[in-house]
Amino acid sequence: MTHVGYLIAGWGITLGAVGVYAASLVRRGRSLAKTVPPDRQRWMTADD
Amino acid sequence: MTITNQSAPVSQGQPPADFSGTASPTTRWLGVAALIGVAVLLVFAFVLSEPDQRLDPDTNIVIGQFDAVRLLYVHVPVAILPYLAFSITALGGVMVLLKGSASATWWDITAAAAAEVGVLFAGLTLITGMIWGRPIWNTWWEWGDVRLMTSLMLFLVYLGYLAYRRAMPVAETRARRSAVVGIVGMINIPIVNRSVEWWENRTLHQKSTLTEMKIEDLTLLSLIIGFVVFGLIFVWLMVHRFRIGWLEHQAETVGLDAAIMQRRAQAMTGTGVDESVDHPGLTKGGDQ
Repeated sequence: MTHVGYLIAGWGITLGAVGVYAASLVRRGRSLAKTVPPDRQRWMTADD
Repeated sequence: MTITNQSAPVSQGQPPADFSGTASPTTRWLGVAALIGVAVLLVFAFVLSEPDQRLDPDTNIVIGQFDAVRLLYVHVPVAILPYLAFSITALGGVMVLLKGSASATWWDITAAAAAEVGVLFAGLTLITGMIWGRPIWNTWWEWGDVRLMTSLMLFLVYLGYLAYRRAMPVAETRARRSAVVGIVGMINIPIVNRSVEWWENRTLHQKSTLTEMKIEDLTLLSLIIGFVVFGLIFVWLMVHRFRIGWLEHQAETVGLDAAIMQRRAQAMTGTGVDESVDHPGLTKGGDQ
């Protein structure tokens, strides 16, 4: 296989960045959920 | 326009047992589907699809991108997503400006979520493009390339959009002004997309191989799988990022409600009712 370093860099950076961002979203969500009462944690409301 | 707190949830009381943070059963299934999709995509990209190599009839030398073509399956799907994301941001901006009601909050959160996810994919588009360009064009970056420069501008505009949102403390003002930025920034999307057609002599990029059907068989199938997989990832990220925005909005209003209650209590025990509790500047979602 040719260009192995470029392939690892391109795919690795993409999947790695998406994975890190996804993990940060989950962590932020869990942290925020502790500060908001359960009845306000629904995304769609009657007013929307 | 008044951005108010949506204080009448459809489902009151304790959330379901399987509900934690921004996750829900649907997003979990979506996440599993995306992970399986990534595995399938890797098999197609690295095992099943062939490297790009062909015999030049004039020189009788084997030419092509060889295995570097496997970057196609990550770069192109990732490059499409900022168009979608920033279009959602612009749509959200239009709705924020048009709606003078509570739903403006929903659209504002959606616009911000799409911008953040879009900036991630726009940044990855630039990075994977540079990594692909180095072995194929023998350069990491070409300042005179219109596709590269317009893509960089698109990335920077929406990075600025996010920075602007962070700098604006007042929710209503933030929503209205960032809506304008989001809408204006979208003008660049057709320019980025069409740049290789409009200025074909000023770019290293080739014209769209997909619309002209220059690729076929397993290469085309792998690319389509790439679109589907990164589309699933995009939806998963969007849903979670939207829910974070929603929770942030709720956390702000919870804090504001507590402050208003405290002021009311102080006013009742003091010399009289403090009129400032009903002042428009203290409306929910306002001065935070």
